[in-house]
Amino acid sequence: MKYVDEFHDPKACRAAARAIERVTRRPWTVMEICGGQTHAIVKHGLDELLPDEITLLHGPGCPVCVTPVEMIDKAIAIASREEVVFCAFGDMMRVPGTRTDLLGVRSKGGDVRLVYSPLDALKLALGNPERQVVFFAVGFETTAPVCAMAAWRAREEGIGNFSLLVAHVLVPPAVEAILSAPGCAVDGFLAAGHVCSVMGYTEYEAIAAKYRKPIVVTGFEPLDILQGILMTVRQLEEGRAEVENQYARAVRREGSPAARKLMGDVFRVTDRKWRGIGVIPGSGLALREEFLSLDAETRFEVAEVAAEESSECISGLVLQGKRKPADCPAFATRCTPERPLGATMVSSEGACAAYYRYRRS
Amino acid sequence: MCLAVPGKIISIDKGDSLARMGRVDFAGVVREVCLAFVPEAQVGAYVIVHAGSAISTLDEEEAEKVFDDLRRLDEIMGAESEKQEPTV
Repeated sequence: MKYVDEFHDPKACRAAARAIERVTRRPWTVMEICGGQTHAIVKHGLDELLPDEITLLHGPGCPVCVTPVEMIDKAIAIASREEVVFCAFGDMMRVPGTRTDLLGVRSKGGDVRLVYSPLDALKLALGNPERQVVFFAVGFETTAPVCAMAAWRAREEGIGNFSLLVAHVLVPPAVEAILSAPGCAVDGFLAAGHVCSVMGYTEYEAIAAKYRKPIVVTGFEPLDILQGILMTVRQLEEGRAEVENQYARAVRREGSPAARKLMGDVFRVTDRKWRGIGVIPGSGLALREEFLSLDAETRFEVAEVAAEESSECISGLVLQGKRKPADCPAFATRCTPERPLGATMVSSEGACAAYYRYRRS
Repeated sequence: MCLAVPGKIISIDKGDSLARMGRVDFAGVVREVCLAFVPEAQVGAYVIVHAGSAISTLDEEEAEKVFDDLRRLDEIMGAESEKQEPTV
C-alpha cells in the first residue's frame, strides 16, 4: 500500500458513485469544508458522478483565501523593510493587498522568499544573523503545530532575529458560523481530514449534536471524497446526525496529542477576521504572552491600515457556499489567476481558481 | 494549504521529544522531516507530512477497510438489485 494510487482507482470510484446513487432517495446539500477537497472534486469531476439529488457546496477551508486584506497589507509593509527577509508559502505571493502583493514587493527589490516549511525560515534566520527573518504563519490547525514548533525552537535556541506574522484560523468556529447563519442550506459536512489528524474530532461531535447535522471526517483522494459523501448521505437518509470517520487511516478521535500540546503551549485562541466573511469569535490563534517577543506585528510596529477590497469581488459569498464562482460577472474576464480581484482566484485551493483551471463555464 | 503527502520513514536522527527529526522517502524524493508529533512512528512506517512536519502515522489496516467496505456494499447492493429485477 502506497496510500495514493489505490485511492484513485477508477473502478473503486465508480463503485462508490453507484453506492451513492442507490442510497439517495431525497435531495441533499453537502458542504466540503476544505479547499483541498474542493480542488480534488473539481479536478476529477467527482460532482458529475453524483445523482442530481446531491448538491455539493464549497466551504471556506482555504486559509489563503480567508486571510484579511489588512493582514496582507501588514505582510507587505514588513516585507518592504530593508532589514527583513520575508518568508511565506507560495500561495501567499499573489494574494492582492490594497495596493500590491508580495511578488510586487519582490519586484521592487524586497527580499521575499517562498519556503516549504516554517522550519526552513528558521534555518534562514540561523544562517543570516544580521537579517530579520519573518515567517508569514498562515493556515489551519494542520499548519499551526509546525509554526508552533518554529516559535518554540527559536525561543529555546535564542534565535533573536526570527519572528512570526500570525494569521492562523480554526475550522470548527467557521463551521458553527455557517450553521448558525439564517437560511443555511447545508444538510451535512465533510470535515477536513488533515485538520482532524491534528485535532481529532471531538469538537465536531458537539456541533453535530447541537445542529443535528452529520459530519464525516474525510480524506483527500477521489475515493475518500466519494466515500465521505456516501457516509454523509446514508446518515441523512437514515435520519442520523453523527460524526463518522472515513479517513481512519490517518485520523484518530483524539488527534495528535503531541501536536495539540505544543500548539496550546505557544498559541492562545483569539477572535479573527475572515476575508469576505467578517469577524468570527474564537476562530484564530495568536502567540501567548511567553512568545510575544516573536510577534512580528509588535516587533515592526505595523500600523492598522485602511484596507480596501475590490467592490466587484463576491469571494465572501463563494467562501460561504452561497454563490458558485461562475455566478460572478468578473469570473474569467476581469478576474483571472494572473490578475486576481480576490484571494479565491489566487490559491490553488480557492474555489474560483479551481473552476478557472478545470471548468471555465 | 492543508496539502499533506504520505511518505515512508527511512531514518530517524534524534530520538527524543521535540527535537525529533528524520528522513522521509516520498516515492523517490527524500526530505528531512520533523517527527516530533508522531512519537510512536519508527523506521519503515508511513507518515503524512505537511510543511516539513509529520502530522500523523498511517494505519494500513484502516486503509484496507475502505476497500473492504466498498466491496461488501457493492456485493450487497448488487445482490439486492438482482433480486428486484423482474424475472420472466
